[in-house]
Amino acid sequence: MANYIGSSLKRKEDRRFITGKGTYTDDIVLPNMTYAYIVRSPHAHARIKAIHADKALAHPGVVAVFTGKDLQDDGVNPLPTGWQITDSMIEPPHPVVAVDRVRYVGNPVAVVIANSRAAAKDAAELVEVDYEILPAVVDATRAIEKGAPTVHDEAPDNISFTWELGDKAATDDALSKAAHITRLEIVNQRLIPNAMEPRSAIGDYHPARDELTLYTSSQNPHLIRLLMCAFVLGIPEHKVRVVSPDVGGGFGSKIFHYPEEVIVSWASRKLGRPVKWTAERSESFLTDAHGRDHYTVAEMGIDKDGTILALRVNTIANLGAYLSTFAGGIPTWLYGTLLAGQYKYPHIYVQTKGVFTHTTPVDAYRGAGRPEATFVVERLMDTAARELGMDPAELRRKNFIPADAFPYETPVVLTYDSGNYEASLEKAMQIIDYQKWRDEQAKARNQGRLIGIGLSCYIEACGIAPSKVAGAIGVRAGLYEGASIRVHPTGQVTVYTGSHSHGQGHETTFAQIVADGLGVSPENVEVVHGDTAQIPFGMGTYGSRSLAVGGSAIWRAVEKIREKAKKIAAHKLEASEDDIVFEDGKWVVKGTDRALTLGEIALTAYVPHDYPEGLEPGLEENSFYDPANFTFPFGTHIAVVEIDPDTGKVQILRYVAVDDVGNVINPMIVDGQVHGGLAQGIGQALWEGAVYDENGQLLTGSMMDYAIPKADDLPHFEVDRTVTPCPHNPLGVKGAGETGTIASTVCIVNAVVDAVSHLGIKDIPMPLTPERVWRAIHGK
Amino acid sequence: MIPNNFEYIRANSVQEALQLLSQKGDGARLLAGGHSLIPAMKLRLNAPETVIDISGIQDLASIHRDGGRLHIGALVTHRTVETSDEVKSSCPVLSEAAALIGDPLVRNRGTIGGSLAHCDPAADYPALTLCLDAEIEATGPSGSRTIAADDFFVGMFETALQPGEMITRVTFPVLTRGTGAAYEKFSHPASRFAVVGVAAMVTLDGSGNCSSVRVAITGAGPSVFRATKVEQALTGKAPDEQAISDATQDVADPADLMSDISASAEYRAHLCSVLSRRALQRAVQAARG
Repeated sequence: MANYIGSSLKRKEDRRFITGKGTYTDDIVLPNMTYAYIVRSPHAHARIKAIHADKALAHPGVVAVFTGKDLQDDGVNPLPTGWQITDSMIEPPHPVVAVDRVRYVGNPVAVVIANSRAAAKDAAELVEVDYEILPAVVDATRAIEKGAPTVHDEAPDNISFTWELGDKAATDDALSKAAHITRLEIVNQRLIPNAMEPRSAIGDYHPARDELTLYTSSQNPHLIRLLMCAFVLGIPEHKVRVVSPDVGGGFGSKIFHYPEEVIVSWASRKLGRPVKWTAERSESFLTDAHGRDHYTVAEMGIDKDGTILALRVNTIANLGAYLSTFAGGIPTWLYGTLLAGQYKYPHIYVQTKGVFTHTTPVDAYRGAGRPEATFVVERLMDTAARELGMDPAELRRKNFIPADAFPYETPVVLTYDSGNYEASLEKAMQIIDYQKWRDEQAKARNQGRLIGIGLSCYIEACGIAPSKVAGAIGVRAGLYEGASIRVHPTGQVTVYTGSHSHGQGHETTFAQIVADGLGVSPENVEVVHGDTAQIPFGMGTYGSRSLAVGGSAIWRAVEKIREKAKKIAAHKLEASEDDIVFEDGKWVVKGTDRALTLGEIALTAYVPHDYPEGLEPGLEENSFYDPANFTFPFGTHIAVVEIDPDTGKVQILRYVAVDDVGNVINPMIVDGQVHGGLAQGIGQALWEGAVYDENGQLLTGSMMDYAIPKADDLPHFEVDRTVTPCPHNPLGVKGAGETGTIASTVCIVNAVVDAVSHLGIKDIPMPLTPERVWRAIHGK
Repeated sequence: MIPNNFEYIRANSVQEALQLLSQKGDGARLLAGGHSLIPAMKLRLNAPETVIDISGIQDLASIHRDGGRLHIGALVTHRTVETSDEVKSSCPVLSEAAALIGDPLVRNRGTIGGSLAHCDPAADYPALTLCLDAEIEATGPSGSRTIAADDFFVGMFETALQPGEMITRVTFPVLTRGTGAAYEKFSHPASRFAVVGVAAMVTLDGSGNCSSVRVAITGAGPSVFRATKVEQALTGKAPDEQAISDATQDVADPADLMSDISASAEYRAHLCSVLSRRALQRAVQAARG
């Protein structure tokens, strides 16, 4: 039997994707369907004085126009947030459609529903809204100044929460005694996710059965069903089915419960007809939850010999106008806990203020807190090395958590499961030929050329778990995963997973696991996801959790199937259960050639004429897996860049990524995840960034202005791995979805600053546009 | 992404297109490759009542050389200019520049006539057209006229075309020995339009001095313009590295340039100098053969 785990099988799902036969939400057309177009606020902050819908209602093809008041009067509750950060966290109501005030450009104000998309859009232009424009604040550091415009009356100083972690007194003390302090002010700029598929939702209510189906481009349909039924609409979950069919990318932005999901569901119940909404790209820019947006002051205390003593971090996190589903958790628990990086410094203190502004809500975006933490730690490491006159690799090596110290408890509550940081640094340095580039750099400087080498040694925490820890840190959800395996009478297998693929290749990776686990070919394993009517329960896909948590749940179900199959095999082969082993994909009587395949056992289970006494027929098992801990991938990335001194333009000469994601099921898919992550992370370093003007208008609201990297902007990626299995999940796997964005942003910034450090430049703010680099070089 | 309602008519000849233009009046727009007009319509920034699709007019889609002139039909795509052997041998800088326009999708659909008529301040062809002293053939109800590039570009999205006229042809000089041209572009990372693009053409006399210099800059200002100071500073001089460097110190005044989130006027002015220097160096190399 072939060993599918570890082989680069081509993706089963790609046949439909590359032939244009995927089924995305917007591809679904239901009989008698209507189309919603959402009238959105053109102002960042305004009072709604009146909404006049008469002209829109009179437009041909228009079915209805609804305002926020219509929803409110009908009992629609505000959108909930799913993560409580402190006991005193301020959670102002987040109305699905604005009622009296709008708080960001793009805030829904009214909904026009018509028989065609075009009629809805035309009529939307006829809705007249009288606004009283109010002053707005877009920058979080400004929002907490005295006299700044207030976003919510409930939070007069615009602060939702002040969160802290670590021992402040010990950290302050260590810093006061440190021989050297390295200090950086960091702006981790706001990013706009831009999944390839714009968000889309269809509400389809059947009055006769009182049943609602919501199709939505979501990364976690069960969570959407729970939040919408229990908190927003107050309707019973068993009468609601949520389907997330093919989803074209998310990067986190499709985790959250969005207003439009409620709008189409509620409106379909009102109208008794299906209601579809699909974002235009401009709406994606304005209304998909944004990412990052931190202002940070970080100080690292270091001893004379380069031993790091303590880290103190103060961060102001822009949350946008409302608390999105997991908004609070990203700049706190998913950020502060990662500030130990790969290092053994004993004291860390971090404080984060979560701040409201008149901007699009901010939430998890690929990496979600961990890239921001890695940025702080690794920028400090490079800066400190330079200030101390040490090689940046040497300073890191000196402070690594040694390979024999695992499990390792950090000063910020995590227990790292396994690691070997030295090995990955060594491998990356060897691949890139580090010393050769240091020599090249020196030579280049003599010729007036600017070459820089950047390092990034990162830690990632994925598969947040277990649920009791999630509860203890304020997550209003469990973080386990569900799986169900149904073996059909002829031996083919259907796997139902609560994970949700929106590009990750689950249909292939999960099939490989089950194929090896049950002795069948991956072609005979179908993976079903994204439908609450088919899957027992699921927590969805984000935070690089699918394989570590969802894959482990599947493996547990495989084990249960194998146990039952063993009983059937023992009976059929007239052997003791203890003598049956699973070998080469078959159930074998130890030491003999007598064996049964899954197909033979399954047929027996469904036609149980000759069958073990007391054993239930059928071959189907459920599993819910709640991991013992997070799992902690890590690695070292090294970049070499050259800067054009005339223009400031950065060219990446080499990029080496050595990642350790534990055991690897499908190397090609992992490489693909790393490549994609690198592109996004490098994008943040060099090009991407949301820009608002002082009135809260988004100036980077289109692909003409917001620079997502293109293939020809990026170098050949040299990707390699070390393998340190996760000790606490059955597959020994970690997570690969976010390592690229976590490691690469700071790697590139370190390389660019390294290229110009001899000119007295300590830092350049992201994105490192040619103009910014040029200004730094020429002191402009 | 849904435009306002509009009437769509396909014109099969220049004559038919002109008739439709005069019949439909101000509310009509010509559609060639559609890569400027259609996005603007989808964003409802432009809402023509009638769209006259001229993309099928075969007469306007050819390239031919006539002695020292290279005629490019208005509907020739960027991709064709990029790959045409005729263009590569007669006026290679055009192929080189066309390869830098947008992305492959844009290049496969976009046309030279459409780009010039649209007159985006950051488009590439205006710089080439102006630098190479090309002629634009405009055809209207009363026949065709030739507009010199120096007279064609009036301002931002504004040309010398009269209502009812359309571009039918653009004529470039065939670059012969002693004349060389180059285009240096600094692309916007998102749109791939020129933050600054500089086209330079140099003709050398028998003793190797510049007998003629033309430099045209796109992207930097509200409209394409000639860098006359640079041209004057180099004309009559030997274009060695030092002379080019001296001549390109102050190519443009930031006060005349655009400033936006992608680049300040000061940085654009700096790029005008850097790219002018690089374009001139390459143009001189090409002129020397």
